[in-house]
Amino acid sequence: MRPVYALSGGVSKFAKTRQDKNFQAVTKEAYDYAIQDLEIDFPTFTSIVDGSVASYFSDHFTRQLMAAIMAQDYLGLCPKPSHRVEGGGATGGICFQEVWKSIASGHMDVCVAYGFETMSHVETWKGNEFIALASDVSWDYPVGGFYSGYYAMMVTRHMKEFGTTVEQMAHVSVKNHINAFSNPYAQKRNRYSIEDVRNAVMVAWPLTRLDICVMSDGAAATILASEEGVKKLEAAGAKIPRPLVKVTGIGRGTDAMRMSDRPHVDYDTFMQDYATEQEKADDGTRKYYKGLWKKGTRYPGVHSFRAGRTAGNMAYKHAGISDPLEELDFVELHDAYTSSEIQTYEDLGLCRYGEGGPFAESGKAHLSGIDYGVQLPEKPVCPVNPSGGLIACGHPVGATGLMQAVFALWQLQGTIKKHFDDDALQVKNAKRGAIHSHAGTGTYVTVSILEQEV
Amino acid sequence: MAKLPDRRPETLGGYIVHGVPFPVETDPDSLAFLKQMAPLQIEQDYKITYLHSYGQDSPWFAAASNKKLLASRDPESGYAYATPRGHDMYSGKETEWIDITETPAHIHAFTVCYFGSEEFLPETPFVLCQIEFEGINTLFLARLFGVDPNEPSLDWIGMEVKPRFLRNSKLKPTDVYFLPA
Repeated sequence: MRPVYALSGGVSKFAKTRQDKNFQAVTKEAYDYAIQDLEIDFPTFTSIVDGSVASYFSDHFTRQLMAAIMAQDYLGLCPKPSHRVEGGGATGGICFQEVWKSIASGHMDVCVAYGFETMSHVETWKGNEFIALASDVSWDYPVGGFYSGYYAMMVTRHMKEFGTTVEQMAHVSVKNHINAFSNPYAQKRNRYSIEDVRNAVMVAWPLTRLDICVMSDGAAATILASEEGVKKLEAAGAKIPRPLVKVTGIGRGTDAMRMSDRPHVDYDTFMQDYATEQEKADDGTRKYYKGLWKKGTRYPGVHSFRAGRTAGNMAYKHAGISDPLEELDFVELHDAYTSSEIQTYEDLGLCRYGEGGPFAESGKAHLSGIDYGVQLPEKPVCPVNPSGGLIACGHPVGATGLMQAVFALWQLQGTIKKHFDDDALQVKNAKRGAIHSHAGTGTYVTVSILEQEV
Repeated sequence: MAKLPDRRPETLGGYIVHGVPFPVETDPDSLAFLKQMAPLQIEQDYKITYLHSYGQDSPWFAAASNKKLLASRDPESGYAYATPRGHDMYSGKETEWIDITETPAHIHAFTVCYFGSEEFLPETPFVLCQIEFEGINTLFLARLFGVDPNEPSLDWIGMEVKPRFLRNSKLKPTDVYFLPA
């Protein structure tokens, strides 16, 4: 496999509705920004780019089959090769990795990932119905198809088994909303308190409206290249910052469509098949997990995502990471729900299973220099969702995973101030970050590692 | 030869909008001004009736309409699925049907939905739960009745429950629901 570099990216303004433009034109906003950030003109870039991968989740939202080719056409990329990928909420993350594969394999030198979703064409309750069709329509959807309900069920189990509290979940909402306050691309830029989150309208107990991401219209694009691709672009006049940002690891995992079908494995199977290298090597952690299993914990059950753990372990191995909390400078993860951010801390090995709640309120996942209005007992170690995440930025599904890639790239290029006109969210000395994209009730999960080339 | 129609027949209704503002003249200034025009939006209906087959899972629905709750099981390993699967995920072999109507059952996880998808909004608030059955390896998604949806409590987890069946089957998984035992 050849080295793959992330060179530039663009994100449209995420908004409740973008009726000012159709999805092709919103996608072009992000695509043009990515090209302009290379300081190269449109026709020159078009002559060099080898192809693309398109990302959007639902044909229902656009009421348009083959929407991807309409974007490809509008971007002026025809007749170059392209295909659409779809994997629920992880569509963007899958798209990013498919572009990586196109370049790593030697098939292309310059390839663009673009994604979009226009969710405003239907009312919120109909949108929830479309999303719920991404659950088994024989067995799950007819019982009361509603993703917030599915995630709420997961977290009641997490609370029962591990003692996770609603206030710990609210910490995630406060953190991500306040981060987004400095992100001009975010849909929601509000300062909330723990009380605001808990006093918000209850949607699916115990998740309130401020525990849940919102539907959005938006698009994002990322340009990736091989070493040869970088040379071609620079020979044509592109300005690419140094050090380059390299994609050093990709991982992907899956799980059963019906969360009812997830296994409940014993301690030995967990340690053998799912534990991180760090967990396997640590006597205290093995003892801690034995204690959990003694009390009745089984893995993954409905409280954890083995697809996320599988994707994380694979990406860490690829990138040579053994202690993610210490070796990652930030993580952009799929916080469709505050509860799923807590679950994902655990899946990604930022803390042990069962300790995601205390981790959320510890301060380790917060940014330095930002007043969150809460007491944080520990200093930041690995900021999670410095952009504001899905909860505050919005979740135009096909664009979301690529939005994470763009924000991660800007963090590693040290260009947050340039793009946000504010450096409050710039992680100081960011060298390596992870992006995490997640579908369904944990059915597809991708983790990709980006880092400055040494 | 009869005269061929040279106009498409027009009707009131549908997507017709009367009196859309537009410049009287299409001179360059007026055309440039169109860049400031607000987007037009129209309604599009989309309704489909699907003929959905339950395929190999069909006996479960036939059983529920006869007040029996079935599960499936790998005949060799005994790994059992509360939500039936035609083939075992570990051995790859075809499963067999078992009757779990009288099997002790408990709440594994739950939520109360105060909001929902359009189809289920009229039913809010409703309780969704995952049911665990003794000796069965996987769970079953169902509705829970007989608890106050306005007073949810983590204490519901672990509660013993029993199935109840609709008298008039709809051939849906909601033909069975659960109540505190």
